[in-house]
Amino acid sequence: MRLAKSYFADERKDDLNEIGQGRSRVDLPGHVTGKTTYFADRNFPGMLHLKMVRSPHHHARIRSIDTSEAEKHPGVVRVLTAKDVPHNTYTILILIQIGPEDEHVLAEEKVRWKGEAVVAVLAETERAAQEAAAKVKVDYEVLPAVLDMEAALKPGAPLVNEHHGQNYYMYDSGACRKVRFGDVEKGFAEADHILEQTYSSSPIEQAPMETTGCIAVPEGNDRFTCYTNTQAMFFTLDNTSIILQMPGSQLHLVGGTAGGGFGGKVDVIVEPIAILAAKLTGRPVSFIYSRHEEMQISSPRAAETITIKDGVMNDGRIVARYVTGYTDAGAYSRHSPYGAQKGAAHYPGPYTIPNVWADTYCVYTNRTPSSAMRGFGVTIADFALEVQMDKLARLIGMDPLEFRFINAYRDGDMKAHRQTTEGAALIECMQEASRAANWPVAEKYYALSSHPREG
Amino acid sequence: MAKVPVQFSLNGSEKAEFVDSGATLLAVLRGKAGDTSPKGGCHQGTCGACSVIIDGELRLSCLTLAETCDGAEITTTAGLAEAGVLHPLQRAFMDGFAAQCGFCTPGMLMAAKALLDRTPNPTREDVVEAISGNVCRCTGYEPIIQAILAAARANSHNAA
Repeated sequence: MRLAKSYFADERKDDLNEIGQGRSRVDLPGHVTGKTTYFADRNFPGMLHLKMVRSPHHHARIRSIDTSEAEKHPGVVRVLTAKDVPHNTYTILILIQIGPEDEHVLAEEKVRWKGEAVVAVLAETERAAQEAAAKVKVDYEVLPAVLDMEAALKPGAPLVNEHHGQNYYMYDSGACRKVRFGDVEKGFAEADHILEQTYSSSPIEQAPMETTGCIAVPEGNDRFTCYTNTQAMFFTLDNTSIILQMPGSQLHLVGGTAGGGFGGKVDVIVEPIAILAAKLTGRPVSFIYSRHEEMQISSPRAAETITIKDGVMNDGRIVARYVTGYTDAGAYSRHSPYGAQKGAAHYPGPYTIPNVWADTYCVYTNRTPSSAMRGFGVTIADFALEVQMDKLARLIGMDPLEFRFINAYRDGDMKAHRQTTEGAALIECMQEASRAANWPVAEKYYALSSHPREG
Repeated sequence: MAKVPVQFSLNGSEKAEFVDSGATLLAVLRGKAGDTSPKGGCHQGTCGACSVIIDGELRLSCLTLAETCDGAEITTTAGLAEAGVLHPLQRAFMDGFAAQCGFCTPGMLMAAKALLDRTPNPTREDVVEAISGNVCRCTGYEPIIQAILAAARANSHNAA
């Protein structure tokens, strides 16, 4: 490994012990010997298996649920519906006051996406649970569904989620998250060229090798141990405490090793119902997504539609940027209001643009709820704005890397969301990348630095 | 459900189990024989995480019925190290950072072992072909390929 020490030489401290060293990961011996313990590498006597009955419709009213045949199926121990869940309506980010509670552990009255959990079946074997789940009869009245954001926002569109009252998330700032900086209209009036482009992305599944799941074990003293592959231990602990109306002191969550997550294990989905099942049956309960559930049921990265309008000068300066971003939350909020909010602050990218206007909306549709995945809220934004940067450079006949040097932010620059830039290293990274990729730029760009601008 | 008696050798130890007719070898290894090194990533034969070696052949334990393994010799990643000494493949995977989340690793090691047992000096193409049934979602394929080639070199060096 080579460390480029010429950059920020006056700020360097070279008493680093680990950086620059090749260190073996502490978990590698366990991985190569098969000794690493994943949550499912445990067997408990009397363990029950939980299988979920899921909505076959995108949007439907539940007229009735008949579990009588399923309950008679050999090996079935218990069947759970919404009325068994102490606090059935929840939302993950209520912990940080991002409400309203808008989702049900088990569906009540309506289902709002194809795959929504309706009834949980507990049986002695996985097979018995699966067979019994197929015997649960749910009578649905199918309702019109909205499957894309444009349709969801049209006047008269079917309402996806009554807890919101409209098909978008209402922020304290209104229907969208807003960034207002400078005067974009003045910027566009001054610009030599204006380029407006729309970028769209599809939902993306995280697809970890190990599917989402947990095993909940009653400890016989009103306490429950839950072995889980969650990526969000404290979200899980606190939301489970709310959903089960049970003090956190009765819940012992054991995690630590996940067979891949990529954000797909950040939501709180399997643990509350598994712990409830363990409480109601007095037996260990395993709830593990099938591969099909992992791909179809677990929240993907949100689909996004982003329109970027830029004003650019012939000398390469971007003088105005106007962005409208839409994030498809699916039927429930989960982490998407937060993801859409991150986008609002991020749209100028690592560039200093004097006039910025950004509106980002979190939209509800009858699709699989989306949530966290690797930089959600900014990853698709980065794709859109970097493609836009290349297009802008081409428009004015400039090298795309030199174009980025001209617009790169530097320490002391005020960002559009009113944070002063600190610790910038974009220019230095681009200088190094230019050399590594053998993509030379004019000599003056090698003389730039991220230090504050003169005057 | 009818139980079927099955005897097999697991990493050199004799095992005798009564298994459900139709139970997979993966379920029996993990749930009865106490070997959780094979992983269940898809339970439909597409990811390779459950790979084991049965009578010298690489097999998907999630698609193998336990009752067909009577008299078989089964090797899993739990049996790779001998007397606490890591197999060259395990050493190479550690040295080459060829595991991230680790969930595909036991299956990868089995696929690699089946290859090297048959082809001690594989080409890169041989390695790619050998692990083509094993998915690594962390997408660490290149370090895995390099580790398998390094283990092969270490083996031939020791043999020379």
